[in-house]
Amino acid sequence: MMRKPDAANGSLLARDRDWHPKARTPAYKTSRLRSPSAAPLQFPTTLSEETGPVFGHDILGPLDHDLIRNFSTTGDTAIGPRMRVHGKLLDENGRGISGALIEVWQANAGGRYRHKNEGYLAPLDPNFGGCGRTISGPDGSYSFLTVKPAPYPWPNGPNSWRPAHIHFSVFGPSFAQRLITQMYFEGDPLIALCPIVGSIDNPDAIDALISDLDMDQSVPMDMLAYRFDIVLRGRNQTQFENRMEGL
Amino acid sequence: MEPPKLKESPSQTAGPYVHIGCTPSFTGITDVYPSDLGASLKTGPVEGTEIVLSGVIFDGNGDPVLDAMIEIWQPDAAGLFNAPSENRGDADPHFTGWGRCASDPETGEFRFDTVKPGQVPFGRDQMQAPHVCLWIVARGINIGLQTRAYFEDESAANATDPILCTIATPSSVDTLIAKVDGPNRYRFDIHLQGPRETVFFDM
Ligand SMILES: [Fe+2]
Repeated sequence: MMRKPDAANGSLLARDRDWHPKARTPAYKTSRLRSPSAAPLQFPTTLSEETGPVFGHDILGPLDHDLIRNFSTTGDTAIGPRMRVHGKLLDENGRGISGALIEVWQANAGGRYRHKNEGYLAPLDPNFGGCGRTISGPDGSYSFLTVKPAPYPWPNGPNSWRPAHIHFSVFGPSFAQRLITQMYFEGDPLIALCPIVGSIDNPDAIDALISDLDMDQSVPMDMLAYRFDIVLRGRNQTQFENRMEGL
Repeated sequence: MEPPKLKESPSQTAGPYVHIGCTPSFTGITDVYPSDLGASLKTGPVEGTEIVLSGVIFDGNGDPVLDAMIEIWQPDAAGLFNAPSENRGDADPHFTGWGRCASDPETGEFRFDTVKPGQVPFGRDQMQAPHVCLWIVARGINIGLQTRAYFEDESAANATDPILCTIATPSSVDTLIAKVDGPNRYRFDIHLQGPRETVFFDM
């Protein structure tokens, strides 16, 4: 297997647990019974966490990143506001992360998921599956084509609605970088009302999950664009540089 | 040391529909990708002892979690990772080391058909006991849970494992030990809360 110098081992920077959501956030009811009561035990990463799986471009089909078209068997396209979601995958040191698998899933333009546990009365779209994936480019950039998902109600409080969002699952080169998060849309008034968003205490951290309308990347008479940069844990810089010198 | 330039993107729960994105075939979306990633850790005949690692995740009421997604990452039987940064040798080319499994929607059971991992170093001059790293996400879990499965029949290695040795309470260590459950079968139940709450890591 090809060895990449930027995949050199080195300990990862500790997670800032105050920046992330706490495990138990009672306003999000399901967290009450699914949150460990003890704080996780902190250790520096070992080789087991510093390594990780790698995914080749050969796993990707030509439409994997295109949720507008990747489910249809007839050539028809999904219903809803067409848009591009794009951005850069970076580490905390500011380096682009190349070759990383990014998987997304979302509700359709009516707020309905294609899932057996989903009961919302909005209809399924016969041309929308709701999943997509891509691998980040040499500078960490990625791009998806999709339709804007609608907000949807969920059984939490008496009248809880999720803001429009896209779920992201991201792999860095290290298993310790594994992250699942959600992307929201600039200007959505439901963001401030959502207990899942509110599981994050720091308003700056919430801001980091809100994508920006990006007119420069929009396509006239075709689609709008939203920009969403994603940051994964970085490496202990001094150790990383020492190792680089030793190569 | 300089502080990092950027902050890590904060985690959000995987929610109830994680399967659509990560195991779409499992949830009936079979035509977008050829198969679910991580469904098999083996791409051909593998070296070492083939094992089954299975278990159930239980919530604070003791009920099985029916909608979780579990990923594992481990070295091959010789202790080598199938990763670009592995520089100690070439890992078994037929063993990926990475698996992904959705909990069974009726029983909550997860299952990985894998190999017994070899030992990997800890720092310069110590070895870790054989273990599998797990990462668990689900509705209600705000940030993915990291834990490790060690093996009941590796008691000598476990006794000197540098991480297990720092955990003072034997009953806590025991939550990290997969139990022998038949020939080459190991059971690793995970308790999110309660008296048998599993030890989770921030590594
Ligand atoms: Fe969602």
